[in-house]
This record gives sequence, C-alpha cells and structure tokens, in this order.
Amino acid sequence: MITAELRHLEPHYDVVISGGGPAGMAAALGARERGAEKILLVDREREAGGILWQCIHHGFGLHHFGEELTGPEYAQRYLKQVIDNGIDVLTDTYVYDISPVRQLKLMSGSQGIRTIEAGAVVLAMGARERTRGAVRIPGERPSGVLTAGLAQKFVNMMGLLPGRRVVILGSGDIGLIMARRLTLEGVEVLGVFEIMPYANGLNRNIVQCLHDFDIPLHLSHTIVDIRGRERVTGVTVAPVSDTFKPDMSRAWDIACDTVLLSIGLIPENELSRRIDLRLDPVTSGPVVNSTMETSANGVFACGNVVHIHDLVDFVSQESMLAGKAAGDYFMWRRQPADNIRLIPGDNVAYCVPHTISTDREHIIYMRVRKPMEECTIRLGSAFRTEVKYVFPAEMVNITVMPELLEKFHGDTLRIDVIQR
Amino acid sequence: MSEAHITHYLCIGCPLGCRLEVEDNGAGGVVEVRGWDCKRGRAYGEEEHTDPRRMVATSVRIKGGAWGRVPVKTSGSIPKTMVREVSRAVRGIEVEAPIKMGTVVLANVLGTGVDIVTTRDMERA
Repeated sequence: MITAELRHLEPHYDVVISGGGPAGMAAALGARERGAEKILLVDREREAGGILWQCIHHGFGLHHFGEELTGPEYAQRYLKQVIDNGIDVLTDTYVYDISPVRQLKLMSGSQGIRTIEAGAVVLAMGARERTRGAVRIPGERPSGVLTAGLAQKFVNMMGLLPGRRVVILGSGDIGLIMARRLTLEGVEVLGVFEIMPYANGLNRNIVQCLHDFDIPLHLSHTIVDIRGRERVTGVTVAPVSDTFKPDMSRAWDIACDTVLLSIGLIPENELSRRIDLRLDPVTSGPVVNSTMETSANGVFACGNVVHIHDLVDFVSQESMLAGKAAGDYFMWRRQPADNIRLIPGDNVAYCVPHTISTDREHIIYMRVRKPMEECTIRLGSAFRTEVKYVFPAEMVNITVMPELLEKFHGDTLRIDVIQR
Repeated sequence: MSEAHITHYLCIGCPLGCRLEVEDNGAGGVVEVRGWDCKRGRAYGEEEHTDPRRMVATSVRIKGGAWGRVPVKTSGSIPKTMVREVSRAVRGIEVEAPIKMGTVVLANVLGTGVDIVTTRDMERA
C-alpha cells in the first residue's frame, strides 16, 4: 500500500477533492500545478488509487504515459506523484455532506466526524456498477449473482474464485476482461450474452478476451430466468427482437453456478444531489462548463462521476483540467465565461462539457447512440471532421481550436454525427 | 504455388482498435499490412499473421500483504499458444510482503525468455 499517513487534518484547505481514484489524483496534481498549496484528497478505501488496483490487465497509459501499463502500475505512478507533491491523502474517509459554501462533512476512520472548509471542491466520486435490480432479471434469488467488478476484486486482490461455471450478462469491458481472467484461472466461461445487437465493450477486448479463448458472444440475447434455491444452478437465455422482447420459442437452458453482470455503470452523485447540482439526464452526471465547473460556484467535477469513460487516460486528461480550474478558482484567476452552449444532435447521446468559449482550445467528449461507418462529425457550420467508424462503446473526442470559432457569433452549436 | 489472400485483424495495440488487412503471398509471408494508424499497428498486423503474441497479467499469493494477492505481468509478450500454460505455471507462486513493483517473481517462465514481475508495491498488513 502506498500511503503517506495524514497526522493532522486542517479546518481549511485550498482545494478538497472527494474521491482518490484516477480522476481525483489527476485533479489534485492539476490544482497543485496552478498554485494551490493546501490540497486534501479524500478516499473511502484504505488506499487511494481507486478501481485501478483491481484492473491488473494491460491497456492503460498509452495516451498519458506513452507506454502500455497495467492498472496498478498506472495507479502507483500517479499516487507517487500525488504524495511527492505534498498533497494530503486521507483514506478510510467518506465525504457525506457538502454545502453551497463548500463546507464538507467527513466521516473518517482515523479522524472521526469532522467539518472542513474548502476554497474549491472537486467531485471525483466515480461510478458504481449496475446490479441485477437495475435490469430486473426474473427468477429466483440464489447466491452466485454478482457484478463483474466485484468478481474482479475477489479474483485479483483477494484470491477468491466466484464460481466454476460462469455465464456473463452484458458485454461491458469489465465483463470481457473477467471472461479472460476467469478462463485463465481454470473457470469455465460459457458465454457472454448481450441484449443489444452490438457489443458494449471495446473491440480489442472482444478479440483478446473472447476470440482468443473461443468464448461465444451472443448478441441480441439476454437472460430470461435465473434458477437455484441456495446457489445458482442454471439460467435460461433467449434471443430478443428489435424491441428487446425475448423469443421464448428459441430459449435454451445453461447449467452454471455463477452469473456475472457487466451491464453498465452509474455515476455516484449522492453528494452532487446534496447541493442540488444541475444533472444531465443522459449522463446522470453534473452539467459542467468548459472548466469542468458544475452549476455551483467553485465546485468542479471530473471523471466517471460526470460521464462514464472507457479509457482512464481520458479521465486523467479531463480531471487535470478540472483540478487546474479548481486551483485557478482558489487563486482568484477566472477564465472568460463560456458563451456557446453545445447541443447533442443526430446520433449524439451527449457531450461534455456542456458549454464552451471562443477564446481557447477545447476538447469535446461525446458518445454516439448507434454504430456508424464512414461518417462526419459536424459542429454546427464551424467545424467538421471525418472518422472511419463510431461505436456507442467508444467515446469520441474532438479538439476545437479557437480560430474555428472566430467568425461564429451564435450562442448554440449543434453536434451531429452523420453518414457521409 | 498457393494464391495470395487477405486476412482481417483487429489491432489490439491500443483501445482505438484499428481494422487491419494483411495481404499474404500464399506461403505465409506478409506482402502488405493496410488499415493501420501507427507503426505499432503495422507491426501488430505482421506479427499477428506470422507469430501471434500476447502479454499476460495475473496475480499471485502474497504472505502477510495488505491484500491476499499481488498483481503480476509478463515482462514482454509470449506466444499466444502459451498463454494458458504460462498462467498455470504462475498459479503456484507465493511471495512475501513487503514487495516492490517490478520484482521478478519467476525468471524466464517456461523458457520463453520472459520474466514474471510484480506490478505494484505491497506493504505488510
């Protein structure tokens, strides 16, 4: 464990960050870069680093560090920088309340219940996995039904196997990664069932986690029944129609002892709701401007709490920006206000940030609604770029240079992804 | 002489997942790789066609550690056909805390010339 034990908790900090995962760590470094001195990073686990510790596979850091790292390597590099920069890390602590004037209430294993004040706040709470209740799978309620991420923690950090014969529902990246991981631990993975007609994870994971091990991926299929009194004994799966209605005449049974769910993530916005932040109904995360500031002054947000990312590198990038902005806010440096609202148009589910300005470069992250090949991303009439293909599973980002908006005088820009 | 043909691969070099086309001379030799966006992709296409290789990441038992397992990886890629065998070979390893990131826990696994190394520090609990 990499920790720098915090002996004394101050009553006031320049910047406080709630959540010590990749988003929180990058934000802390960003705030430091802009001159904030007293920075506190709060995490509820016993070590900061977040979910990266259990993501022991490769594929992290290609953008950010220019080399392919495993999750723990990425976490350790970052956490070391955080500690070397003199940022206070308070673990085993939960931020349970926040006020509009940035008073935070903490519940801490080492410090008890404390109230602290922050010059600026960064919300970096990340996301949690959707569970069986979120998709209402019919059947009995035996043990052996768990989320893929929990199984990942069991296997990779605790050395426990969740079962011997596993069926995976949903083709999210964690599910695909766990299909391979469990196979390598000698577990039989009987198949991945995805209700959508396309996979939800990255293509590279379909190749290296499923194809490499001959694990079948059943698109447009779902689990329609889970059986077992004490422990899962089997499931029934069926193909679904265009409207996701199961075709029971073509259903079949699979004997298994475990069902893993990889059916999406939900941003953890309980804290955001305490101060009534404006939330985007599509992302379920806070609405943010181009500095990642939320609808509350001096409260910034970044990472999965804003929108679900598929690559940690982009979390780091976005969060560095949020941290810098929080540092600037504390130091009374203000950027010109945003003057353009972005509107998701054709085949765009959402975009982050929600507004931009015309004076500087911006990176716009977005997700499409459906797969498309040979398409054009269009930002009003100001900007267009061609891409070979887009998938809902792969976040798209475009960089908009200020020159492009020089002659633009409107106050809204619509983003469309259209067929060429 | 067999005919030239084209095989499709999806690059796993990075999360972009470029779709590659590898043209073969019919005798196992690569004529051209198309569809790549970076050098890594071109190299992957050629390698995947002639000698597919993979990195492996798993975890091993650790005595007295903050967690029951410490994550490890292969220090380089190994032949794809050996992935299962290498995972099995690593399964029996046990190390002791504290341990530093990059510690070799098994050298030259199954004669591949590749080591198994830890991917994080772990203190004693």
